[in-house]
Amino acid sequence: MVQNRSLIDESGKRSDGRIIDELREVKINVGIIKNADGSALIEFGKNKIIAAVYGPREVHPKHMALSDRCVVRCRYHMSPFSTDTRKSPAPSRRETEISKVIREALEPALILEDYPRAAIDIFIEVLQADGGSRCAGITAASVALADAGINMRDMVSACAAGKVDDKIVIDINDTEDKEGGADMPVAYMPNLKKITLLQLDGELNSNEFNTCLKEAIRGCLKVFEIQRSSLIEKYFGDEKGLNE
Amino acid sequence: MSLSKKSTIIVENLRKKQMMESISTGKRLDERSLDETRPFEIELDVIKKANGSAWVKLGKTEVVAGVKVETGEPFEGLENSGALIITAEVLPIASPHIEPGPPDEETIELARVVDRGVRQSEMLELSKLVLVPGKIVYTIFVDCSIINVDGNLLDATSYAVVAALTSCKLPVFEIKDDKVVDTGRTQEPPVTTIPVSVTTVKIGDYLLLDPNIEEEACMDARLTITTNSKGSIVAMQKGLKGYFTVDEVKSIADKAISKGEEIRAKLKELIHHGKKE
Repeated sequence: MVQNRSLIDESGKRSDGRIIDELREVKINVGIIKNADGSALIEFGKNKIIAAVYGPREVHPKHMALSDRCVVRCRYHMSPFSTDTRKSPAPSRRETEISKVIREALEPALILEDYPRAAIDIFIEVLQADGGSRCAGITAASVALADAGINMRDMVSACAAGKVDDKIVIDINDTEDKEGGADMPVAYMPNLKKITLLQLDGELNSNEFNTCLKEAIRGCLKVFEIQRSSLIEKYFGDEKGLNE
Repeated sequence: MSLSKKSTIIVENLRKKQMMESISTGKRLDERSLDETRPFEIELDVIKKANGSAWVKLGKTEVVAGVKVETGEPFEGLENSGALIITAEVLPIASPHIEPGPPDEETIELARVVDRGVRQSEMLELSKLVLVPGKIVYTIFVDCSIINVDGNLLDATSYAVVAALTSCKLPVFEIKDDKVVDTGRTQEPPVTTIPVSVTTVKIGDYLLLDPNIEEEACMDARLTITTNSKGSIVAMQKGLKGYFTVDEVKSIADKAISKGEEIRAKLKELIHHGKKE
C-alpha cells in the first residue's frame, strides 16, 4: 500500500473532514421505483444507489424453482457514468462476485420457506460510486425487501471499517479505500446479532482486527437506525406520528 | 437488458374496449386529451462523477443520462470530428417484465433512434472537438439508464440526453509532448440546436401523443419525429407492424413541429433553471 500523504491530520480529521468513528451523510428514500414491489434510493456520501425488489413471483426458467423454498437472485451493476473513468456497461467479474456476496448477505434475513417455488429478484444499480458501494447496496436492498413486504427475520445493515494511517476508522471512503491500509466491509443483522458478510482487503493484526470488527458493527447499528427511520417515515409519516 | 417480455403486458379485452370507447370521445383513460403529453421534470447534475447528467421524469417513466468525456481515435471517415456515442439500457429495476441479459432489438432501436435525432440535428458541433486531426479527438459518451418504464422511452431518453449534453462541462484537453493532458479547466459544449423528439402512436384510427405503457400495449404503429430549433424535421422512425396513411403522416409531422416547439421552450426553461441552482 502506498501511503504518500497523511489521510488523518493532527486534530484527528479525515480527508473529508470526518472524525474516525463518523459515518458519511446517509439518506434513504423508500419506494422511489413505482413499478417495483419494493425499492429504495440510498445516498451514502457520494454513493447514489437504487435497490429494487420484484417478487415473490413465478420463477423463469421454471427448472430453477425449489419445491421447499424461494429462489433469491441478485444483480449488482454499475452504470457507465458512475465512476471517474467510464465503466463498460457489460457486467465485470467484480460485479459478478459482489452480486453473489450481496445475495448471501441478505438471504439469512429472509424467511424463504414462506415462498416455495417462487423467486425474489433483487436489483442493485449504482448510479454513482464512492467507495463502500456494496455496503450501501446491501443497506438499500434490505430496506427495499422490507418495503416489498417480504417476510424477514431481521434487517441487514452494512458498514465497512478499516485502517487508515494506522488508525481504525469506520465507513471508508473512495480515497481511503485506494490509499489506506485495510478495508473490511461487514453486514450485520442488528437484532439477531449475526454477521452475514465479512470481507477484508489489506493487513490487520489480531488486535486491529478485533477493533475493526467492533467498530464496523457499531457502524452497522448506526446504519440500522437510519434504515429504521426511513421505513417509519414512509409508512407512518414521521416518527412522532407513530408514538402518538 | 431485454424488453422482449414487454409483450407479456396484457391489456384485458375489457380494458381495451374501455380504452377505445374513451379515445373515441377524445379523452384517454388517464384523462389526457389525444394530443396532450405528460408533464415532465428534469433534475440536472445528479451524478457528480459525470461531466454532465440529467434525471428526467416523463409521467412515471424515469431516465438517468450521464455524459463522460474521454479522448480517442476518430471514427473512420469522420477523421475531423469528435466522436459521440449514445447508449441506452433498460435496467431490470425498471419493470417486472425485464430480465437481465444482452439488449434486445427494441432496446437497440431505442438507443439508435435517440442517437439519430441528436446526431442528425448536429446538436453538437463535433468539428470543434478535434485535438490532432485524424488522430486524437474528444470522445463523448452519453449513457442512459432507464430506471422506471411507463411508456414512451424514446422521448424521455431523448430529453435526458439533450438535457445532459446541454448542461455538461467539457474538460479542456491539450497536447503536450505528444501526450494528451487534462488541464483541469472546463469549457461549454459547442451546442448549436436543441433537438426535440415527439412520438405519436396509432391505436385503431386514432393518433395519440406520448403513449403510456398501457397504450403502447394496444398500439398498432408508432412514429417518432425529431425537430431542431428552426422547426425543421431532422430524423424520423416508424415502428411496429401497423401503417400510416399519407394524411396521417402529414398531420403527425405538423403536430411534431408545433408540439416540439412547446417542449423545446419547456426543456430550455428547465435546463436554464436547473443550471442556476
